[in-house]
Amino acid sequence: MKWEIVIGLEVHAQLSTSSKIFSGASTAFGAEANTQACAVDLALPGVLPVLNRGAVERAIKFGLAVGAHIAPRSVFSRKNYFYPDLPKGYQISQFDLPIIGQGALTICVPETTTEKAYEKLVRLTRAHLEEDAGKSLHEDFRGMTGIDLNRAGTPLLEIVSEPDMRSATEAVIYAKMLHTLVRWIGICDGNMQEGSLRFDANVSVRRPGAELGARREIKNLNSFRFLQQAIEYEAQWQIDTLEAGGKVQQATVLFDSDKCETRAMRSKEDAHDYRYFPDPDLLPVAIDADWIERVRKTLPELPLAKRARYVADLDLSAYDADTLTSSREMADLFEATLSEVPGEAKLCANWLMGDVSASLNREDRDVAHCPISPQQLGGVLKRIVDGTISNFAAKEVFKTLWSEGGDPDVIIEEKGLKQISDVGTLEAMIDKIIADNAAQVAEYRSGKEKVFGFFVGLAMKASKGSANPAQMQEILKRKLSNQK
Amino acid sequence: MINFSLLQLGDALRSKKISSVELTQLYLDRIAALNPELNAYITVNEEMTLAQARAADAQLKQGEGGALTGIPVAQKDIFCAAGWRTTCGSKMLSNFVSPYDAHVIEQFNRAGAVNLGKTNMDEFAMGSSNETSYFGIVKNPWNHKTVPGGSSGGSATAVAARLCAAATGTDTGGSIRQPAALCGISGLKPTYGVVSRYGMIAFASSLDQAGPMAHSAEDLALLLNVMAGFDERDSTSIKCETTDYAQDLSKPLSGLRIGLPKEFFAAGLGADVARAIEASIAEYRKLGATVVDVSLPNSRLSIPVYYVLAPAEASSNLSRFDGVRYGYRAPEYTNLADMYEKSRAQGFGEEVKRRIMIGTYVLSHGYYDAYYLQAQKIRRLIAQDFSDAFKQCDVIMGPTTPTTAFNLGEKGDDPVQMYLSDIYTIAVNLAGLPGMSIPAGLGDSGMPIGLQIIGNYFDEARMLNVAHQYQQVTDWHTRMPQHVKA
Repeated sequence: MKWEIVIGLEVHAQLSTSSKIFSGASTAFGAEANTQACAVDLALPGVLPVLNRGAVERAIKFGLAVGAHIAPRSVFSRKNYFYPDLPKGYQISQFDLPIIGQGALTICVPETTTEKAYEKLVRLTRAHLEEDAGKSLHEDFRGMTGIDLNRAGTPLLEIVSEPDMRSATEAVIYAKMLHTLVRWIGICDGNMQEGSLRFDANVSVRRPGAELGARREIKNLNSFRFLQQAIEYEAQWQIDTLEAGGKVQQATVLFDSDKCETRAMRSKEDAHDYRYFPDPDLLPVAIDADWIERVRKTLPELPLAKRARYVADLDLSAYDADTLTSSREMADLFEATLSEVPGEAKLCANWLMGDVSASLNREDRDVAHCPISPQQLGGVLKRIVDGTISNFAAKEVFKTLWSEGGDPDVIIEEKGLKQISDVGTLEAMIDKIIADNAAQVAEYRSGKEKVFGFFVGLAMKASKGSANPAQMQEILKRKLSNQK
Repeated sequence: MINFSLLQLGDALRSKKISSVELTQLYLDRIAALNPELNAYITVNEEMTLAQARAADAQLKQGEGGALTGIPVAQKDIFCAAGWRTTCGSKMLSNFVSPYDAHVIEQFNRAGAVNLGKTNMDEFAMGSSNETSYFGIVKNPWNHKTVPGGSSGGSATAVAARLCAAATGTDTGGSIRQPAALCGISGLKPTYGVVSRYGMIAFASSLDQAGPMAHSAEDLALLLNVMAGFDERDSTSIKCETTDYAQDLSKPLSGLRIGLPKEFFAAGLGADVARAIEASIAEYRKLGATVVDVSLPNSRLSIPVYYVLAPAEASSNLSRFDGVRYGYRAPEYTNLADMYEKSRAQGFGEEVKRRIMIGTYVLSHGYYDAYYLQAQKIRRLIAQDFSDAFKQCDVIMGPTTPTTAFNLGEKGDDPVQMYLSDIYTIAVNLAGLPGMSIPAGLGDSGMPIGLQIIGNYFDEARMLNVAHQYQQVTDWHTRMPQHVKA
């Protein structure tokens, strides 16, 4: 009998404010331990939190981007527990009155060998603001634990989904979409290595149509690969357990990425009682319609809207539209290039997804660090469109632009890459080729038309790629058959 | 000179009759002589204090400085002061030297006042008798067998025994007003939010408020001018126009409507206290005030409500004292949990632990609604009672405490009896209103009695005016404990 896997995700996105959520200390990554922890972050006696407006604005942006309800009044609460990297003995978070209410995100699951592509709506339960804890360092201190409070107080947006995903793949696609979205709207740098996006996955299994099974929560996954592996392992473990006649108990588990398995951390019985209560040091956060409107004006066109527009208005395929909206930088580059050669969306898409992407990959660069400007790229494409250069020559110009920069038209001129459309020049060139390759000419004339490609290659080479291909082929055909 | 008002001291300093160093030394000498018996100060640091006095003298020499420049002020040991050991009366912080200044300390420093030392207090401000301090009990200078009140008992004793020109206190449920009453001095708890809590070690954040303690309402006004003001580091600090709290001191009181809540004159009130309060009301009538009866029907619930909310907040506020980063850490432990448990078991006193336990309980899953939420609802009702009362009157008056100072050790075994000594003051904190206590007589045992004056929100200037006018026609505030006159 079949099992259905049910997954809900909690995603912690580190917000890209320059200072912490409740103090003025810097949030920059990588500083020497405890150099970015001020009196407030250290929880010295008598210090008080003051809310960072930038963190609230980023939360509002997110709420708008997922069409969620933005609470006119939300409340910070204290989550009380003891841990050495939690200096106050409580985490300031939001509990019953979060800043962002219900929203939704549509995920696009691509075609596989067994299934067709489909879209799916993942509902968001809520998103709330909270502060990050510090770090406990267990290495380097024989028999002791070091504490680094640089990260303590870093603003996080915890985005909680409904248990709407049914496979590790869906969960990863959802996570990637969030990753794209938070970077797209500029609220999180999305740097996975630095922990800017972290996932907790709630996983349960059930027979289709049955009640939800007991869930286990996999904590603190910091890559898409681990997310996928952890869910797959966990779901299989639950299925095996149930099929062997066992029971799954609600629990919190950790994923061991070395062994690729999940391990129980604590069961429901020894779950913390966090004793949440409203933080008396902070006033409720009041957000009026005016503030929301001001933030809305700063929102860029969102990836899904762009994607739909590319398909509908620019006549691009769903695949092309997907790729071009995979990041805001890519979409920006595409649109800026397109504005240089209006009406040539497909050409722009081909180049960006082809030569540009390949070159970026080869040099391990991201789009933001593309050495070619949209004006340069557009300049090359313009010359393809107006017939000045061939596609072949364009690649040559592109290579030069990539490594040396410059003006496409100057490069075309200097390298003599203009297409030769002059019939006399082409005829002379082809006459010479025919004269030099008598054997092949004879083969062609005896009916082996495959040899034609050989002549095309020689002609392109002779013209250094600048022969107008259509014209050149027409002349070749004529000359080869004329002398039959 | 030890009976000079702050204005008189300021004049003496500016006219060079005395230097700040001389004045400060005079108080340091008095502290050296009397503090071993009274124990009003936890920390005295002559070097740092005299350095400030010298700086003040330099300013005065230039003809610069303000109303408090060069005046020695004692600071309750709840305020973090850079370079000063700041203990909050606890073993937990007995080794903590603050690296930063509280807003209140900054304000006094800016005003040129001299920090004379850190005064004793109930541990983490939890107590009404100053008997819970890790640094020992404080004696009431009027009678060394009695308590000075708490939690600002050290400050009250220091002011009453002339061990400082003035002092600061904090008031969560009566911690300024009750010791002021028991020690025969004047004390003011401002409206919640008027004085920034930044750097003031938190007991119950939604109730804590700092205020001045001094010999007269006039002195309180000058001190409040320094302490009050918006501070962006405290989100509950209130932005309001700067007021000169001394501006209304001399206004006549004709037409003033005084509300007397019947609940403040019911069973439990000492007969001598009742007589003294009635006498002072009679004095106010002579000054042109009229009296109306008002009711605060829910104020009887203020003690139970307070002992849910204050411990709840405290249980969380005191979590940071875990032995990890600063403060006391048990010398021996076997693992992390053991380190927490031993450090906190050894570092906190009984009353603090009791309140952490109560607070933890009322916030626990399954009890939160019944205790914490319910208490918050009643808190709103209590505040509403006051709003209703203030429709009929300008200020509310009554006793600050049910009795005069009780004996040391008398209520130590009975926390509930101890809690009841704050029965008239706690509702004011729950409502966030300003309240003050001024000397209004002596009881049967010759001990001071305090008159409580409660104002509407931000009405401190009027309350000080009301208190000052009374002090113009009475001399209770100038009375001094017999044996400190030396």
